[in-house]
Amino acid sequence: MKLRRLWAVARKESLHVRRDPRSLVLALGIPMLMLLMFGYALTLDVDHVPFVVWDQSGTPQSRDLLARFTASRYFDFRGAVGNYRGLEQAIDRRDADLGLIIPPEFARDLDAGRAAALQAVLDGSDSNTASIILGYTQGIATGYNQGVMLAQIRRATGTSPPTALDLRTRIWFNPDLESRNFIVPGIMAVIMGLIAALLTSLTIAREWERGTMEQLISTPVRPAELILGKLLPYLGIGMLDMVIAVLMAVFLFHVPLRGSIALLFFVAGVFMVGTLAQGILISTLARQQLLASQVAMISTFLPAFLLSGFAFAIGNMPAAVQVITYIVPARYFVAFVKGIFLRGVGVSTLWPEILFLVVFALVVAGASIVFTAKKLR
Amino acid sequence: MRSEPKSSAETIVEVQNLAKQFGAFKAVAGISFAVRRGEIFGFLGPNGAGKSTTIRMLCGLLAPTSGSGRVAGFDIVREAEKIKTRIGYMSQKFSLYDELTVEENIDFYSGIYRLAKGKKIERKEWVLTMAGLRDHRNARTAELSGGWKQRLALGCAVLHEPPVLFLDEPTSGVDPNSRRQFWDLIYELSAHGVTVFVTTHYMEESEYCDRLGVIYRGELIALGTPRALKTEHMQEAVLEIECERPNDAMELVERLPEIKEAALFGKGLHAVARSADATPAIKAIQAALSGTGFHATKVERITPTLEDVFVSLIEARDRAEAPQTEVLR
Repeated sequence: MKLRRLWAVARKESLHVRRDPRSLVLALGIPMLMLLMFGYALTLDVDHVPFVVWDQSGTPQSRDLLARFTASRYFDFRGAVGNYRGLEQAIDRRDADLGLIIPPEFARDLDAGRAAALQAVLDGSDSNTASIILGYTQGIATGYNQGVMLAQIRRATGTSPPTALDLRTRIWFNPDLESRNFIVPGIMAVIMGLIAALLTSLTIAREWERGTMEQLISTPVRPAELILGKLLPYLGIGMLDMVIAVLMAVFLFHVPLRGSIALLFFVAGVFMVGTLAQGILISTLARQQLLASQVAMISTFLPAFLLSGFAFAIGNMPAAVQVITYIVPARYFVAFVKGIFLRGVGVSTLWPEILFLVVFALVVAGASIVFTAKKLR
Repeated sequence: MRSEPKSSAETIVEVQNLAKQFGAFKAVAGISFAVRRGEIFGFLGPNGAGKSTTIRMLCGLLAPTSGSGRVAGFDIVREAEKIKTRIGYMSQKFSLYDELTVEENIDFYSGIYRLAKGKKIERKEWVLTMAGLRDHRNARTAELSGGWKQRLALGCAVLHEPPVLFLDEPTSGVDPNSRRQFWDLIYELSAHGVTVFVTTHYMEESEYCDRLGVIYRGELIALGTPRALKTEHMQEAVLEIECERPNDAMELVERLPEIKEAALFGKGLHAVARSADATPAIKAIQAALSGTGFHATKVERITPTLEDVFVSLIEARDRAEAPQTEVLR
């Protein structure tokens, strides 16, 4: 391999990029746009659940119960309804995800020491959100029961009962359980993979389509010089994307960056080389720009989005699908980026991920060189 | 250019039974020929005859289905990559980078050919001067006219001073003036000892070649100097007829028993007699055209042009093949 030729290819390729500002804008703009969209829109947190009430009791006791809902940041009171139909309509129109029905005998039962009924009607069309709302509602109900029980015991005995279990939770890495902290590093990894493969998927196919490849393969240029030369400028763009993404994560989304920044960028570079080479390999085999870009998109985005564990826990997937995730490079990069950002761990913990990414980069780059035939078909 | 011994007898390109098949289609059906160092060798044939396929096999861009060949001392099957260091190639389609400037294209290829620093500058200036692009070195290649593009492509193909140059229809789509200039460059390269292998379907261009191979339906149907082709491959007399209404006259002349074939040529007709003796044919034509108001001003024997030879060779081939297909059915 001759560096002189590699350099000539790299220089030529970067001229292409510079002469086509639209593609450069896309290469830098798409990751920013996607990060903004996913960072803000893709939140798994459920709060400010809108709810309506059909309070048939209308007593201080029922209002006391309602106050527990309205005071919580998890619920948003959207008004009272006068009958069952009104509650139905509110849920149908999606004005409310939760409807509470307090029966007329609520206060009477409570005062008589009987269990007072409280009906909660939930919109179950989004099952995940519904189960979270159910949890919140049960939490409030439990708290209310405990309050009543304590008051009764205190009235009867004059003392408070001892606490049997004192649970003290401490949540590491993401103490506020903000889903953004966990989604942003994941989506960063997904976007980097997609962009990298898209960037290079066009390069070789474009040369075939325009006929410039025929000229190029009539020269003594070697496949390795051609592939690595083409990779270099796009690695630059990819790393620039990575810088932008990290800056956005830290300063816009306030995701804590606890680990080594140098290690983050080094491994990002390794991951990028593998994925850029994947784009080149696709381009080499497809020899058509449209086909190559579509294959690149599907082969990077889908597995990275669904199988990397960036949002959907791999442990919950069927065993067969879990096996497939082991060959998805994004899985390792997502785990690595989350490890650096949230857990602040280093090589001693993340070496399996780093090792896989290095091997992946070497294998794919090697394959793209091997499959670059200097022959016409 | 290269200081290699120039011996006229030395063979620099040779192929034996070279064939290329694409699926069921025989693009090149076993051809053999040799090109001597310093020669301008023309490959003449209609579109789809197998010219480009042959040139691509010689450049190591396409693996032959069968047969063998050597270019600049290397085997075209086993040593294709070595051949690539010793040749310049210009494909049919313009294949430099449109969005790069003239200078950037030259720099790219001098990097690919790893020219030494001093050489690089010298060759760049040579290409710019040769192509007449000194004042346009910073122009985007896309903005250049056809003739300029062609000369620039030639320049990039010979940056490394290759001993053999392959040009695949280099002048297609270029105006006659630029075409002439381009051939001046080819002559200049040839004068410096470069072997030029060029394909064309322009008759007048094939006259510029030292030697010609006529390729038709993947087969080499004639080989020789333009002069030899005109005399040896054309034993029958060729007649030139100047008259009015040449279209109608052609139909009439074609039906004469003394005439093998007739074709429109310039303002008149060219007719091929059935024998080497022109006299009976001339008499028959004069008789046929006398009474019907064609006002034939000239009916005489001429030296055949390459086009006459080409048309006659191809028609002979078609006639020879027709009975075979008949039998096969």
